[in-house]
Amino acid sequence: MNETANGLASLQGLMGGVLIGLSAVWLMGALGRIAGISGIIGGLMTQRPRGDSAWRMAFLAGLVSGPLLVMAAGGGLGNVAGVPGAVIGEPAGGVPLMLLAGLLVGVGTGLGSGCTSGHGVCGLARLAPRSIAATVTFLVAAIATVYVVRHVMGGGA
Amino acid sequence: MRVPAVKTAAGYFAGLLFGVGLAISGMTDPARVLGFLDVAGAWDPTLMFVLGGAVGTTFVGYRVVFARGTPLFGTHFQLPSKQELDAKLLGGAALFGVGWGLSGYCPGPAIASIGGATLPLLALLAAMVLGWFIAQRLSR
Repeated sequence: MNETANGLASLQGLMGGVLIGLSAVWLMGALGRIAGISGIIGGLMTQRPRGDSAWRMAFLAGLVSGPLLVMAAGGGLGNVAGVPGAVIGEPAGGVPLMLLAGLLVGVGTGLGSGCTSGHGVCGLARLAPRSIAATVTFLVAAIATVYVVRHVMGGGA
Repeated sequence: MRVPAVKTAAGYFAGLLFGVGLAISGMTDPARVLGFLDVAGAWDPTLMFVLGGAVGTTFVGYRVVFARGTPLFGTHFQLPSKQELDAKLLGGAALFGVGWGLSGYCPGPAIASIGGATLPLLALLAAMVLGWFIAQRLSR
C-alpha cells in the first residue's frame, strides 16, 4: 500500500472513530447508558426491569444497518484493506477457527464485563481503572496471539 | 408501563451512528484489525486512529453530558461502580484478547458485519452468544 492510501485509511479511521465517540456520548446523554456492545446484548439475556429491552434491540438494529447505509450511500466510503470502497471485509479463517474465536470472545467479554467499546472507548474516556486494566490486558493478549499465529506457527490467520 | 418510543428511537440512532463509524473506519474488516495487532508484520495503524478519535470524542462529550446532571430521556446515568481489579476481569479480558487475535472480530464489528454475512462469521456469532450464556452461568 502506498503512503496516500495509508493516509486516507488513517483519516477514515479518525472520522469513523469520532462517529463512534458521538454514538457513545449520545447514548449516555439520551438514555444514561454506556455504549458497550457486549453489555447491551448481555442485558437482553438476563432478567431486566420491564421496558429495558426495546432500546437494546433498537441499538443492535441500528448497528447492523449502519454499514448497509454506508454501502447504499455509495461514494466508496468503506475502508476495507486492499479493496477500494468495500465496506465489509472477509473473515480471516474458516468455520472451526471462528467457532473457537467466537466462544473465547463471548466467554471473555462476559466474564470481563466488557469489550473494545465498553472498556476500550467508554471506560478509557471515563479513566476507569478497571477498564484501563482490561483494555491493556486484551490488547496484549490479542497482539501476543497474532504474533504466535503469524510469526511462530506461520499460519494464515 | 409503556416504553416511550423516543427511547427506542434514541437507541436506534446510537446504534446507527456506531455502525456507520465502524464501516467508515474500516473496523468491519478483520484484516485491518489483525493488521493493527500484528506489530511484528506490516503494521496497519488504522485502529489506533479509530480508538483515538472515539476516546477523545467521548472524553470531551461525557464531560458536557455529565455536567447536565441527568440524561434527556432517563432519571440518572447508569455507570459501573465496581473498582477492584479481580481475576474475573483480567482473566476474561485475556480470553477475549485471544479470541480477538484469532479472528479480528470483537463484538461490535462482528454484529455490524451481519449485512455481509459469511458462514464463518455466522459461526463466530453463534459461538459468541453461547459464550455469553456460559459466562452468565459461571458468574451466577
